[in-house]
Amino acid sequence: MDYVPNTDKDIASMLRTLGMDSIEECFEHIPKGLRLDGPLALEDGLDELRLVRRMRAMSERNADDCSSFLGGGAYRHFIPSVVTHLAGREEFYTAYTPYQPEISQGTLQSIYEYQTLMCMLTGMDASNASVYDGATAAAEATLMAQRVTKRNRVLVSRTVNPEYRAVIKTYAEAGSREVAEVPFNERGTTDPGALSSLVDDGTACVVLQSPNYFGLIEEPGLYEKAVHGSGALLVGSFSEPLAFGMIRPPGDYGADIAAGEGQSLGMGPGYGGPFLGILGCSSRFVRNLPGRIVGKTVDMEGRTAFVLTLTAREQHIRREHSTSNICTNQGLCALTAAVYLSALGADGLRQVAALNHDRAEYARKKIQEIRGAELAFDGPVFNEFTIRVPGDLHGLYERCLEERIIPGIPLENRYGELGDCMLVTVTEMNSLEGIDTFCGVLGKILS
Amino acid sequence: MNIPENLRYTKEHEWAAKEGSLVTIGITDYAQQSLGDVVYVEMPETGAEISSGESFGAVESVKAASDIFSPVSGEVADINRELDEHPEYINRSPYEKGWIVRVKPSDPGELDALMNHESYRAFVLKESEKY
Amino acid sequence: MHEKIGIPNLAIDEPLIFELGNSGRHSVDFEKTVLSPGSGDIPASALRSDFDGFPEVSQVELVRHFIRLSQYNYSVDTGFYPLGSCTMKYNPRVNEDMAGLAGFASAHPEQPATFCQGALELMHRLQRCLAEITGMDRVTLQPAAGAHGELTGMMMIRAFFRDRGETRSKVLIPDTAHGTNPASVAMCGFSAVPVSSGPKGYLETGDVLELMDEDTAAIMITNPNTLGIFERNIADIADAVHDKGGFVYCDGANLNALMGIVRFGDIGCDLMHMNLHKTFSTPHGGGGPGAGPLAVKEVLAPYLPVPLISRTEDTYNLDYDLPKSIGKVRSFYGNFLICVRAYAYILALGGSGLRRVSENAVLNANYLRKKLEEDYHLPVKTETLHECVFTDRKQHGYGVSTLDIAKRLIDYGYHPPTIYFPLVVSGALMVEPTETESLQTLDRFVDAMHAIAREAREKPDLLKNAPGLSKITRVDEVAAARKPVLRWIKQEAVNGE
Repeated sequence: MDYVPNTDKDIASMLRTLGMDSIEECFEHIPKGLRLDGPLALEDGLDELRLVRRMRAMSERNADDCSSFLGGGAYRHFIPSVVTHLAGREEFYTAYTPYQPEISQGTLQSIYEYQTLMCMLTGMDASNASVYDGATAAAEATLMAQRVTKRNRVLVSRTVNPEYRAVIKTYAEAGSREVAEVPFNERGTTDPGALSSLVDDGTACVVLQSPNYFGLIEEPGLYEKAVHGSGALLVGSFSEPLAFGMIRPPGDYGADIAAGEGQSLGMGPGYGGPFLGILGCSSRFVRNLPGRIVGKTVDMEGRTAFVLTLTAREQHIRREHSTSNICTNQGLCALTAAVYLSALGADGLRQVAALNHDRAEYARKKIQEIRGAELAFDGPVFNEFTIRVPGDLHGLYERCLEERIIPGIPLENRYGELGDCMLVTVTEMNSLEGIDTFCGVLGKILS
Repeated sequence: MNIPENLRYTKEHEWAAKEGSLVTIGITDYAQQSLGDVVYVEMPETGAEISSGESFGAVESVKAASDIFSPVSGEVADINRELDEHPEYINRSPYEKGWIVRVKPSDPGELDALMNHESYRAFVLKESEKY
Repeated sequence: MHEKIGIPNLAIDEPLIFELGNSGRHSVDFEKTVLSPGSGDIPASALRSDFDGFPEVSQVELVRHFIRLSQYNYSVDTGFYPLGSCTMKYNPRVNEDMAGLAGFASAHPEQPATFCQGALELMHRLQRCLAEITGMDRVTLQPAAGAHGELTGMMMIRAFFRDRGETRSKVLIPDTAHGTNPASVAMCGFSAVPVSSGPKGYLETGDVLELMDEDTAAIMITNPNTLGIFERNIADIADAVHDKGGFVYCDGANLNALMGIVRFGDIGCDLMHMNLHKTFSTPHGGGGPGAGPLAVKEVLAPYLPVPLISRTEDTYNLDYDLPKSIGKVRSFYGNFLICVRAYAYILALGGSGLRRVSENAVLNANYLRKKLEEDYHLPVKTETLHECVFTDRKQHGYGVSTLDIAKRLIDYGYHPPTIYFPLVVSGALMVEPTETESLQTLDRFVDAMHAIAREAREKPDLLKNAPGLSKITRVDEVAAARKPVLRWIKQEAVNGE
């Protein structure tokens, strides 16, 4: 199935108009030595029935019947049917970037609503229309801070998601910029003393994450003065935006830029993508925000209208002087987030946040009672926490898999000093019975 | 296209005027026409050091953005803060109300190396898109 | 001639979601919690108190709001979208269903490899297909968009030279290049050196030879370029660049013209990104998500982002053992669900199908070119492939510009072509029909363009005041940029209501 509507008759008619005998003539001007002289070595095309069978079989080789306690930057949450249906409107997903506002008011208004909702969620003054994911949002935030402060050095807490830190480093390395890490203390949160001594007048920004990768809620108030005191910007990153249905968002704790992941807002984990990079800032940095932004205006008749604005920052105009090279972003994911948050409202957001926290607390307390397992850190958490298994964590992990339970993310490859620790995530998708079973299995293995 | 006779010009379409001990800088009528309605002007801080040939700010319109390159080296003595509220002055009055910065030049001789109005007019007439 | 096109839904002005609903309404419900909220040990100072302004709408209000908004949109599913360099082809419905299969959509990226063999297998197979199509050796699916792929490629080139103790500072970029090219280059600390296209609309080897030196890391070429013209000197240009130790990067945005006809790896290109949301039919989504896989020759393989998708016999794995890798350009492995759609598309087409796609894309574009060239000025007469560029030169005399022509097309029921790009053409109007448009659609489009050309001569005001039939007329972009209003803010109610 090639989706080409023109039949041989149509093609013949078109060739006659062109005065050609065959389609090959369209390519004759290409030097013969550059043209392929045989077919591509790909199997023949499949009809739809065989295609569906092949893809379905492949999808079934992904286990989706496990009891999962995975998080760490991607989260399993309930997606109400209405969200899937509305984001699945073809007029939204088969539309292009809204460069012609007269016929794109659907996309433009929904993105304006998305930007507003992101400001409400993160507590910032302005938001763009999305970037690729939380990791690139954090990297773009550091580039933004460098432009604004005209300083080169970036400090990142080690409690920030390791994927985000890796991307920040890759972007910084490309631009020959310096990234230094701030250690965490025995409580599992950013060490305030270390931060104060590391931040200086060459520091463009400090990147913190709350809740952090270990699930712990950091106290940014401890660091805000040290950061701003030296003239650096505070970047508040996050990977679980539903936390802001319960705890203070970046805008509340003094962040200048909020950069994080929006996947929890109505999208499945999708084996890692597409995700949603949320990027917001204080009003004074708006002209430095990368990516597309929708603004409100009027048309010639004075009617309210929405349009892509501040486009002079973008690559298609500024080219090598643009704020970023970003062109295509994550438009449909932003729409999905707007629908999800509109469906939930403040009450729904509070309820789902409470459910997440509730389930995590329930699990945390039960695990603490198991001999052989302990909490690695005991500060307050949202829906993730880190446990330590001093015995054989690897063996425990494998035994859980045999019971069709994925118990969490072992940390040994990400934090060498936490080789006996595992990040456990509990959301509203984990039932109390499922948690009971999980704890039962843990208890059995560790006894 | 308006090209005042008493000013000097650069290849990047800035004009420069000697005013007492300072040099006033803006963009030309040709530049503002190509850019279209100006929406925002990025200006340096007063006291900033700028070098000849270096970009010290930008003029943005809806469809284009142009860096402003300094024709002289020196210290920024004054910036036209009215442009914050009235970026359209650059379109309406590029040589007067639309001035952008005033610089205390470190080498007043740099001004003489710039084009006069005749050379600039010839230069502009040669600039055109390719196809 | 066209009949007047009506607008669905009576063009009701839909308020913002925040202006709808009422206090206490909700669209979704959740069960109550077991423990009372905040009963963990979250200190009060960390708890959020302000939830002002979030929408409170019932499910029916929510649905009507977004359905109405969707109806204000033009989309591929509603009409012809001849946007040059965007490849607005039909998005097959079956691909959406395949991306929605539970095993794919719900897979968590941290699942152990044994529990996600299907996902890893799909990615591995897609990589092999893309390598075959492009004639390259290795592929990464990590970049989330074309520009992201460019950035990844530039980072790898930079890493290659640093590994050899060289610091090259320049990248050659043709004047017809897309804006993301110099932007990506600048993000890696290179300067973009422009190369002028020759008078026939393609690069001349001599111009490249003059600029190429040992301080130049690469040339970035789009082929066919943004004029729709095949860069016929590519092999000699590649030699010129390789002779001085540089790389040839190919921007694959226009790959729809050449699948099964030319393989870039065979003709001197060293790395190339593809746009799955262009060539491989994944939907544009109103501005994403897309995917921009990068294919490279073996010499650059050590610098690929991690993890690699590796295969031993029938088992697939994520491999992080690549000491010279540039690291990661995004979290996890890429826009996987977009890859699912693209893979389904490639399976449905097969090798000969992909070739037929390119053949018909090029035939359709050449047909439009032939039918439009009398009414509209074609600045370059060189052969074009899947897209071509006109200008407004024939309409200038009537005071009509490319913008006016574009806006008037809306009244005829079409999305305008790409306008004012590439920058080297004054008043550019870039038309790319793609292969999924029928002869009838093309003929109707030609009729509309013909009618507009006549209106330009006889009644230019129709164009200057267009569009008149859309929900809104032309907008004030200047006001939007001078005083940006980027979000809704709750106004304090008058009279305490």
